[in-house]
Amino acid sequence: MKLEILLFGIAREIVGSSKLQLEQEEPVDVKSFKQVLQRRYPKMNHLSYYKVAINQEFAEDDQLIKEGDEIALIPPVSGGAF
Amino acid sequence: MGSIKFSKEELERYSRHLIIPEFNIEGQRRLKNAKVLVVGSGGLGSPLLLYLTAAGVGTIGIVDFDLVDETNLQRQVLFSVDDVGQSKSASAIKRLKGLNPHVKFIEHNTRLTSENALEILSGYDVVADGTDNFPTRYLVNDACVILQKPNVYASIFRFEGQVSVFNYTDQNGNTGPNYRDLFPTPPPPGLVPSCAEGGVIGVLPGIIGSLQANEVIKVVTHIGDPLSGRLFLFDALTFETRTLKVHKDPTQESIVKLIDYQEFCGIGQEADDTPSVKEVTVRALEDMKDSGEAYQLIDVREPYEYEIANINGVLIPLDQIADQVDQIASDKKVVVHCRSGVRSANAISLLEKKFGFTNLYNLKGGILAYADEIDNTLAKY
Repeated sequence: MKLEILLFGIAREIVGSSKLQLEQEEPVDVKSFKQVLQRRYPKMNHLSYYKVAINQEFAEDDQLIKEGDEIALIPPVSGGAF
Repeated sequence: MGSIKFSKEELERYSRHLIIPEFNIEGQRRLKNAKVLVVGSGGLGSPLLLYLTAAGVGTIGIVDFDLVDETNLQRQVLFSVDDVGQSKSASAIKRLKGLNPHVKFIEHNTRLTSENALEILSGYDVVADGTDNFPTRYLVNDACVILQKPNVYASIFRFEGQVSVFNYTDQNGNTGPNYRDLFPTPPPPGLVPSCAEGGVIGVLPGIIGSLQANEVIKVVTHIGDPLSGRLFLFDALTFETRTLKVHKDPTQESIVKLIDYQEFCGIGQEADDTPSVKEVTVRALEDMKDSGEAYQLIDVREPYEYEIANINGVLIPLDQIADQVDQIASDKKVVVHCRSGVRSANAISLLEKKFGFTNLYNLKGGILAYADEIDNTLAKY
């Protein structure tokens, strides 16, 4: 299945694009999805600190990702007052 | 609420609120009765404070220990040229008093810490977090949870903004998620650049801080649906927005006391990330230049940084250094520099390990130190 992933914040910078596509054999949970991503983008370290949202809802590590799901990868952001 | 009275001047000033059926004089009374604390009076704090003041929030507290800097004026519309070098909290209050004399301002010209946070926050009904760093974000969140106060949150990075209302208790007494339900633990230092390192488009805090002000007003007046249990994302480049549902994390331990947030966020431990390499000071570089000693100067920043300020180094951006290694001299001293000295240390470490260089020296403090000590006509950024 083909997964389309929306990137935000520093993740966008690391990948160099605001979207990315990932070919995936079978359904994965959020945790293994992060591991797949980590292997493909070694620079995206500390992925455990990112949050994954599936279909506009933040997901826990054990939630399954299915074909056609909208996946968003959200890193923490701190900027504001500087 | 009936005890809150308005003068003729106030009724006229707020008339555009008073004639909205859902808002009316009851909403205005709630605003006047409210005490709102704004943490950080910078990019987000500017529109927040301007709109909360204009709207007629009765009491506004401002926490900021910083001084107004020239580089703030690109986005911090609360300040003017005359304020540069002055206290942010005092300059802000001076400007805001001119905007609305009916508002009471409380100045907290101090850094928010685990020691003073509970005392400062306890005097307010709502907290609006517009700070610029993770330790203060977690501190504000935890203090709000302990004191059971809503935390109207916003954050920005380059072209992106985030807004949410954390720890909000609705009319039925149900409290929504807080920041830790979303991000339980802070990322290691250096993973996410701050605005100073990462940059931000000036109008973005204007947009996001205005949305934050809108949420504060909704929370205070009880109109509409506050952004509780949801995180709003805005991308100014593509004009895409997302509102993501946030759930409470049942595995989160309850927050009962404040901790050392610098330590929690690993601040002070990040120095270990910079490799230790041989260094020269900017003075030593000048001496080399004056003595006629043969050396090469390499600049590992990006071309757009080179355009802001440069000291005639050979420009090889850090991510291209391994491919352009043939341009680096091996028969004389090579001084490598960047903005502040971190990237150049990484470049040297890589060149030594991968290519066996032994003649590389890091310019201590980078071009910023050069601007401070040698050439003050150089722009600092």
